[in-house]
Amino acid sequence: MSAPLLARSDAEDFLYAEAALLDEWRLDDWLTLLTEDARYWVPPNDTPDGDPGTTLFTIADDIHRIRARVTRLKDPAAHAEYPRSRTRRMIGNVRVEPMAPGPAGETQVLVHSNFVIWRFRRGERVREYVGHYRHTLRLAATSWRIAHRVAIIDAMELASLGSVSLIL
Amino acid sequence: MTEQPMVINDPASFDFRVNRAALVDPAVLEEERARIFDLCWIYVGHESEVRAPGDFRTRQICGRPVILCRDDADRVRVFLNSCRHRGAVVCREAEGNATHFTCFYHGWSYDRAGCLDGVPGRSAYPPSFDPAQFPLLEPARVASYRGFVFLCFDPEAMPLETYLAGAREYIDLVIDQSPSGQMEVIRGVQEYDIEANWKLLVENSFDDYHLLTTHSTWLDYLRNAGVEMKRPERGHLLPAHGVGRALGNGHAVVDNVNFRGRPVAKWIPIYGEAARPEIARIREELVARLGEHRAARVADTNRNLVVFPNLVINDGSSVTIRTFHPLAANRMQVRAWALGPVEETPAARAIRLDSFLTFYGPGGFATPDDIEALEMVQAGLATWREMPWSVMTRGMAKEGEQLNTDELHLRAFWLEWQRRMQMAPRRGVEA
Ligand code: FES
Ligand SMILES: [Fe+2]
Repeated sequence: MSAPLLARSDAEDFLYAEAALLDEWRLDDWLTLLTEDARYWVPPNDTPDGDPGTTLFTIADDIHRIRARVTRLKDPAAHAEYPRSRTRRMIGNVRVEPMAPGPAGETQVLVHSNFVIWRFRRGERVREYVGHYRHTLRLAATSWRIAHRVAIIDAMELASLGSVSLIL
Repeated sequence: MTEQPMVINDPASFDFRVNRAALVDPAVLEEERARIFDLCWIYVGHESEVRAPGDFRTRQICGRPVILCRDDADRVRVFLNSCRHRGAVVCREAEGNATHFTCFYHGWSYDRAGCLDGVPGRSAYPPSFDPAQFPLLEPARVASYRGFVFLCFDPEAMPLETYLAGAREYIDLVIDQSPSGQMEVIRGVQEYDIEANWKLLVENSFDDYHLLTTHSTWLDYLRNAGVEMKRPERGHLLPAHGVGRALGNGHAVVDNVNFRGRPVAKWIPIYGEAARPEIARIREELVARLGEHRAARVADTNRNLVVFPNLVINDGSSVTIRTFHPLAANRMQVRAWALGPVEETPAARAIRLDSFLTFYGPGGFATPDDIEALEMVQAGLATWREMPWSVMTRGMAKEGEQLNTDELHLRAFWLEWQRRMQMAPRRGVEA
């Protein structure tokens, strides 16, 4: 294997920082980690390797809808997340793979990781989202940005997870 | 079951109330299983989900494991997914293609038509043992309407077409999106539980009264994306006119003039400029095939249809089929799919799926708030002994047309529910 363009420890730092922003509900700050053409996908549980052009996803946002999602989540009228849940994310098993360059020839890497996200709300069952991430990180000037993040849930169906009202 | 009536309907004094015990009492659910789920036509799946002989899907219907499959004669079949030997679930995969369904426990094996054609160590059975007596069992009745496959556990039930009554007209409207009259279920199922009584999702699926308040963030999203919305006319809550209609046998619909985007066929800025010609082309095809009037009916109205008791077909931001089964009085399992014309172009299909996600589904901009609303209702219903009644009288004092934000369509569901709960359960079922 050729030397990775991004050291694993740097990829871990990036993912940990992202997880902290999401756990702290600093969603506007989180948006700054994304490229201008970023996408965020949560595939359906029965077709984790599907394509949103041909498969009904749980979430398949382009950058406009990612921003709209953040706008919505900050609104107290986003009832599924008001009062807000608390979340705690654990990320591990990080692997960095080389990847084809971005649309303007930018350097990109594919970062795989495993996640567990616990979601807590007063008086409610604990929801435990377990799965893996595929982050496409793109080198923009001197910093890495997320061009595509895919959160693949391992559960066979959402079942007691109910909805995916937060950003996984 | 309590002796109190579950539904009070007194049109003369404009009184319509639902007893909240109907939403919380496990004894009511037991009666519903015998008097509703075991007697009504229940949606199983769509013919397009099993295209080729041997294709199968397994799912839970009315608490029973069933197999939906296609046999070698190209007929769609529904089998109870339980071995005739000791009862084990025979097919344990969610979907696939099989020449046989083989029970792993002792190895009995059934062909695509359900016939038992393999019994290991058969010689030990007495001579009277006849495999023909042990096919995979079918529900009492199985029938399809325009691709939608239903089962019924009541051998004496009325034919499916009769049962569907006025709902057929609304299913036909959805099917008319397809030039060949063939719609297909698109890959990807949304399966999630809601901690609420199943009837709350019936109500919610076509309760337009909640749109402004529960879904204000969705309406804001549309507005911010450049979708024009008129101010509601006098007497209206919503930007466009819509009516509620009862369709017979407990089926009902809200039938609304469109104000949001529709893959067939109303472009909105969210679809992107590049999608404009495709949406225009779909519109032209509709007009050429159906004429202006019918094309407008198909393309300029949104319809949320409830087929009694637990099938919802929404034709709005996209087409979704949604069905749900009670797991307990306060919990249900929901399954939802997207439906599209078989001849849809890849571009149109992508628009359809993207448009779906703006509103529907567990990650959409609306459905999670519906789930929250239903779970909050169920939590609040813990007070049912102190507050036994839910009022459902919107529109009742009005002559003529009932709006989508009135409650005629909800009352139609509840009246049929009440009627069936008062009827005798199926023979041999102790209620
Ligand atoms: S239970 Fe199926 S073969 Fe025995
Ligand atoms: Fe809703």
